[in-house]
Amino acid sequence: MEKLYLSSSPHIHSGETTDKVMRAVIYSLLPACAVSIYFFGLAALLVLLYCTLGCVATEALCQKAMGKPLSLGDGSAALTGILLALNLPPASPWWMALLGSVVAIAIAKQVYGGLGYNPFNPALVARVVLLISFPVQMTTWSAPSPWGAAVDGVSAATPLGEYKTAVMLTGKIPAELQANLGGYFVGNMSGCLGEVSALALLLGAAYLFWKKIITWHVPVSFVGTTVVLSGLFWLVDPSRYPNPLFHLFTGGLILGAFYMATDMVTSPVTTKGLLVFGFGCGLITVLIRLFGGYPEGVSFAILLMNAATPLIDRFTRPRKFGLVAQRG
Amino acid sequence: MKLKTFPGGLHPPDNKQWSAHKAIELCPLPAELVIPLSQHIGVPAEACVQVGELVGKGQVIGQAKGFVSVPVHASTSGEVVAVEPRLHPSGRLLPAVVIRPDGADSWVDGLIADDPETLTPEQLREKIRAAGVVGMGGATFPTHVKLSPPAEKPIDTLILNGVECEPYLTADHRLMLEATAQVLDGVAILRRVLGVSKVIIGIEANKPDAIAALTQACQGTSIEVVALEVKYPQGAEKQLILALTGREVPSGGLPMDIGVVVQNVGTAAAVADAVRRGQPLIERIATVTGPAVAEPKNLRVRIGTSLSHMVEFCGGLKGDPAKIIMGGPMMGATQLSLDIPATRGTSGVLLFGAGEVALIPEGPCLRCGRCVRVCPAHILPTTINAYARLDMLDEAESVGALDCIECGCCTYTCPAAIALVQAIRQAKGGILAKRRKV
Repeated sequence: MEKLYLSSSPHIHSGETTDKVMRAVIYSLLPACAVSIYFFGLAALLVLLYCTLGCVATEALCQKAMGKPLSLGDGSAALTGILLALNLPPASPWWMALLGSVVAIAIAKQVYGGLGYNPFNPALVARVVLLISFPVQMTTWSAPSPWGAAVDGVSAATPLGEYKTAVMLTGKIPAELQANLGGYFVGNMSGCLGEVSALALLLGAAYLFWKKIITWHVPVSFVGTTVVLSGLFWLVDPSRYPNPLFHLFTGGLILGAFYMATDMVTSPVTTKGLLVFGFGCGLITVLIRLFGGYPEGVSFAILLMNAATPLIDRFTRPRKFGLVAQRG
Repeated sequence: MKLKTFPGGLHPPDNKQWSAHKAIELCPLPAELVIPLSQHIGVPAEACVQVGELVGKGQVIGQAKGFVSVPVHASTSGEVVAVEPRLHPSGRLLPAVVIRPDGADSWVDGLIADDPETLTPEQLREKIRAAGVVGMGGATFPTHVKLSPPAEKPIDTLILNGVECEPYLTADHRLMLEATAQVLDGVAILRRVLGVSKVIIGIEANKPDAIAALTQACQGTSIEVVALEVKYPQGAEKQLILALTGREVPSGGLPMDIGVVVQNVGTAAAVADAVRRGQPLIERIATVTGPAVAEPKNLRVRIGTSLSHMVEFCGGLKGDPAKIIMGGPMMGATQLSLDIPATRGTSGVLLFGAGEVALIPEGPCLRCGRCVRVCPAHILPTTINAYARLDMLDEAESVGALDCIECGCCTYTCPAAIALVQAIRQAKGGILAKRRKV
């Protein structure tokens, strides 16, 4: 016998590892990346490249500076980069993408201790920092066209932005805004890279469900709350409040509910907690979209619920097995 | 129909196909039997034979000390060549009686076969105790203690555990199939001791032949045979009770608190031997399997036979073993060498090669919640782990460390390969040690 291992049980492992999880999420985002490149062309591809390389480089520099072992192999930095890119407009300047990457990795992740220790979703922290710091660049939208042929020329508001402006000015939603739901579903609208195609995002999400990387709890409670709540307002006054499908397929709801709010590190670990978390995200999203100053509220909603995660975990601990009233 | 089960758990590849179809074979006697005096939970037995003494098969060689203890018997006839500390499956050197078999394998005089119908529950319990019967599922808790519930805890249900949810192991499976009548004989005796009418036999649905055999044998009786969802740890006592009766053993309590006694199928067979034939527990069924074993088999093996002898009978080693596990891969204990005796709790010997040894470095917790979802005790393994590693024992206890059944599902499923159950186990040890000191 050459070498005998002694260890405490169990002696087998599922084989599911952190880097496999991260890689699977990256794969699941490829359809959405492809659609964004189709509609916004080279501009989208560059944003994706800047963010991914920016995040990976920042992670490496931080770890080097702190004398920690490099962990680029776990794929988490690359994933953050892709998610950040999907949260930026196609016309984002290169410096903004890089600055966002530094914020995401250095400030929102490594400062807290790296993978697993960050309280807030790094990509969303970066998005919100950029949104507050560079409101013009962050709200300059390109109209979609095959392979981005017309990206430089045409600029157009996002459906959510258009809705908000119209309601503010006239108190009514223009009818044509809600006529093209099918187009919104495949992604034929302006918006962030990852806001456009619900179809591509859902394809990727199906893969994540199949691989059991994410569970239904957050997406269902998040989307469900948004649809039900926005539906209630729509029923009360359809001339002023858009219908729930409009909410569903425009803006960042699908990206947020299936990819950002499901970020394991920043969401609760308990099953009940995930439902509460998703509900909170949906509630805040609808409130911001209908009554807030910003047209889109998904990022803020998720970040606020990130902050509530430790509290949610504490109050949703499962009932221990056997914690029952004694018989007799 | 949806099969009964419990919430939580998971299904690792069960790898039972290597030995499930193999009929039980008799493992020949080795040149030397090392019989540990500590083969049960409780006070070890005390040697009552001298070096040089000739003993008969089934003769008491270690006397029970106290109530939670059982005697130990010679597994064959022969000469006592040593009474000394030997390497024990626990990894320690513990007192053992070493016997050199004389080849005659003759029973000691004075074993009394009885008709269980003619004995009182007290007499039956004493016979079971004297035969050294312990929980054969691996826990090795003295059976007579489990069969002695205090008067204020009336028992109404006897559950027979034929789940065998540990991957690789097929010993209980083969026993149910090949010794169906003996198992049911044991059930009848256990029933008489406890005075219960309701009996449920729980078997995982991946053993359809055993389910069929027992169902057929139980026709016309009130014994229920129930197929359970294939999920680990379905055979854990509390999870099994919940699945079969819907009752939950209170936290920190025992099955008898809710009127249930659970016995393993191997224990039932041993009880039948003890009463019907007067034979003490000197052998058991064990699965010898794993990628590093040439020909996996199910063996009827004498207590005290070395693992190396058993492996040799199974065609020897296939390559270098990198891990020797007594029991299954989820809860079994690694061994220092193959020169360790099989005891009453040895349900299997599992040999892994270097390729099967999972050596994944621990990473940071992703808070993915997998451990929380699979935990059959419904505690938060990742939270307890965090407390345990900071040595915050009070906090670990307050979030349920002591409710951990150590099934290992959390560690198995953790993508960051964090040794969760190991940390919780350590915290449990610390908490209990602190309690004893106070």
